[in-house]
Amino acid sequence: MDQFTINLIFVGASFALYIGIAVWARAGSTSEFYAAGRGVHPVTNGMATAADWMSAASFISMAGLIAFVGYDNSTYLMGWTGGYVLLALLLAPYLRKFGKFTVSEFIGDRFYSPTARMVAVACLIIASTTYVIGQMTGVGVAFGRFLEVSNTTGLLVGAVIVFAYAVFGGMKGVTYTQVAQYCVLILAYTIPAIFISLQLTGNPIPALGLFGDHVASGEPLLTKLDQIVRELGFSEYTAHHTDTLNMVLFTLSLMIGTAGLPHVIMRFFTVPRVADARWSAGWALVFIALLYLTAPAVGAMARLNITELMWPNGTDGEAVSVQMIAEDDEYDWMATWQKTGLLGFEDKNGDGRIQYYNDANPEMQAKAAENGWEGNELTNFNRDILVLANPEIANLPGWVIGLVAAGGLAAALSTAAGLLLAISSAVSHDLIKGQLNPSISEKGELLSARIAMAVAIVVATYLGLNPPGFAAQTVALAFGLAAASIFPALMMGIFSKKVNNVGAVAGMLAGLVVTLVYIFLHKGWFFIPDTNSFTDADPLLGTIQSTSFGAVGAMINFVVAYVVSGMTKETPQEIKDLVESVRFPRGAGTAQDH
Amino acid sequence: MADKTPQSAASATEADKGYWAANVRIIIISLIIWAIVSFGFGILLRPALSGISVGGSDLGFWFAQQGSIIVFLALIFFYAWRMNKLDREFGVEEE
Repeated sequence: MDQFTINLIFVGASFALYIGIAVWARAGSTSEFYAAGRGVHPVTNGMATAADWMSAASFISMAGLIAFVGYDNSTYLMGWTGGYVLLALLLAPYLRKFGKFTVSEFIGDRFYSPTARMVAVACLIIASTTYVIGQMTGVGVAFGRFLEVSNTTGLLVGAVIVFAYAVFGGMKGVTYTQVAQYCVLILAYTIPAIFISLQLTGNPIPALGLFGDHVASGEPLLTKLDQIVRELGFSEYTAHHTDTLNMVLFTLSLMIGTAGLPHVIMRFFTVPRVADARWSAGWALVFIALLYLTAPAVGAMARLNITELMWPNGTDGEAVSVQMIAEDDEYDWMATWQKTGLLGFEDKNGDGRIQYYNDANPEMQAKAAENGWEGNELTNFNRDILVLANPEIANLPGWVIGLVAAGGLAAALSTAAGLLLAISSAVSHDLIKGQLNPSISEKGELLSARIAMAVAIVVATYLGLNPPGFAAQTVALAFGLAAASIFPALMMGIFSKKVNNVGAVAGMLAGLVVTLVYIFLHKGWFFIPDTNSFTDADPLLGTIQSTSFGAVGAMINFVVAYVVSGMTKETPQEIKDLVESVRFPRGAGTAQDH
Repeated sequence: MADKTPQSAASATEADKGYWAANVRIIIISLIIWAIVSFGFGILLRPALSGISVGGSDLGFWFAQQGSIIVFLALIFFYAWRMNKLDREFGVEEE
């Protein structure tokens, strides 16, 4: 059986499973559609949250970004897990006690203002849509490779499938589908990592193998990796070589953004009790940590494997020959990925060998001149292909490659579905039922939710064809937007009685607009290429890149909200009582509708 | 599920104030630890910890790639356990 057939079987079987579950658990009432009747156990909820959370960015993109940069991209690891501490301590139990369905409902009620609710809806739609664009990038990469079709076709197929189960399932369908997706994606991520860790370090646990010894050289793996990349003129893997301020702000943006993303917060409305909301965040992080503790090992080991494949005789020997790449089974992956346009190599100096080195490093330029090299010949290695190509690079069996295909798609599709649900509930529940037509029937509300999903997926698919960066980078922008707008409003709503309606609206708008403008200035207006005035290599403000600006936006939000609240009319007594009641678990009932 | 509590949660008694102050104190301590392991050990204090080697690299690298995640997990479970206990001490738990 050839690889294409194996991939089709794995991907097809996993999809059949998800769709089957979605159909079996079809939502009947609005309450079930949004919050699964609150009958979800904390462990189940944690697993579904983990699937919802770990998207194409975590699964497909993150290890690749770590592999080619090393220590400096630890920011993704700390940022995307540290946010759960904020969520568990500062938001989840109180929002569960409040007992409504959506994040914007809380903001509307706490800040006693339909305007505040509408601003929250706008923030939520902008952040979620940016996030879905990142997912669509990942869907395109995964389908392009595994169905051996173009990126565009892959995207369209993925869009249809997400639409199918998100629209017909609702939250309950999505919750159980996502439990299945979690199982598929975590197996797909860890199984190849275990194989590779055994090959390189003899340790079956990748997280321990990373800090273990490299079997072939007897040296610690990281020491070996540092040495080999240094010899090729790249910066050392474990060294710190980017700006510290930007690194701190980027990590903080990802953390705050995690706690401000509506599709994750919504999960905590679905547990039965306040105490369960606290445990749920912990269980979610347990399931997330299984992947996040493995990811840095995947990155480091893949970097070592790739470098050794390019220099099979060591870095001071001869580079790999073009003939070897064409004929040796170990190099088959290069030809397959070259077809997608995401991997490129070219024998520039015509010596029949592919020299991979850092041609921007002056020392290497001198060495290249001596040896007659004419630049780095591994001309293109898209970061987003690393995890998907990893089992092929390590020469693992065909079924592992098929499993990774299914896992990558599970990650991208599950998150896209969760985000679409958040967008659709913002439109149908907050905008239409809450504002435009309060007397809409339950049937009408469900219908408008489904139409909103369809519109959102069309927009995201269209923008996904021309993404502003690698999947994880686009997703990081979404986090910046959520950090600057939603999180501060939620936190102040719970921890401060002083912040009033005008203050909250002014804060959210200031945070959102400043951050959005900063992103557009660097990434192009509405992400249209070549309309940017600055680049992240030379940003507008010092060393602060557009992906790190969310932390600054959040601070602006807090300051503006406090200053404006101080100058305007005090919060009324009944709102102070509402804040007080949210702080105590007693009397938490089922969800209240309007 | 308990929806029968007639008692107004809004009445801020002395005990309620004590409960909230205790909660805020636990949150602040937890967030200090949260910041020290990630921004501290993982980034800013890494040079100071460079003498302590961990499997081919140093302690700061380990905290940035693994250690902080493990501490985050411990913090969330500690908070859930501690708060559920505090709820009972102050009699504000759900029935």
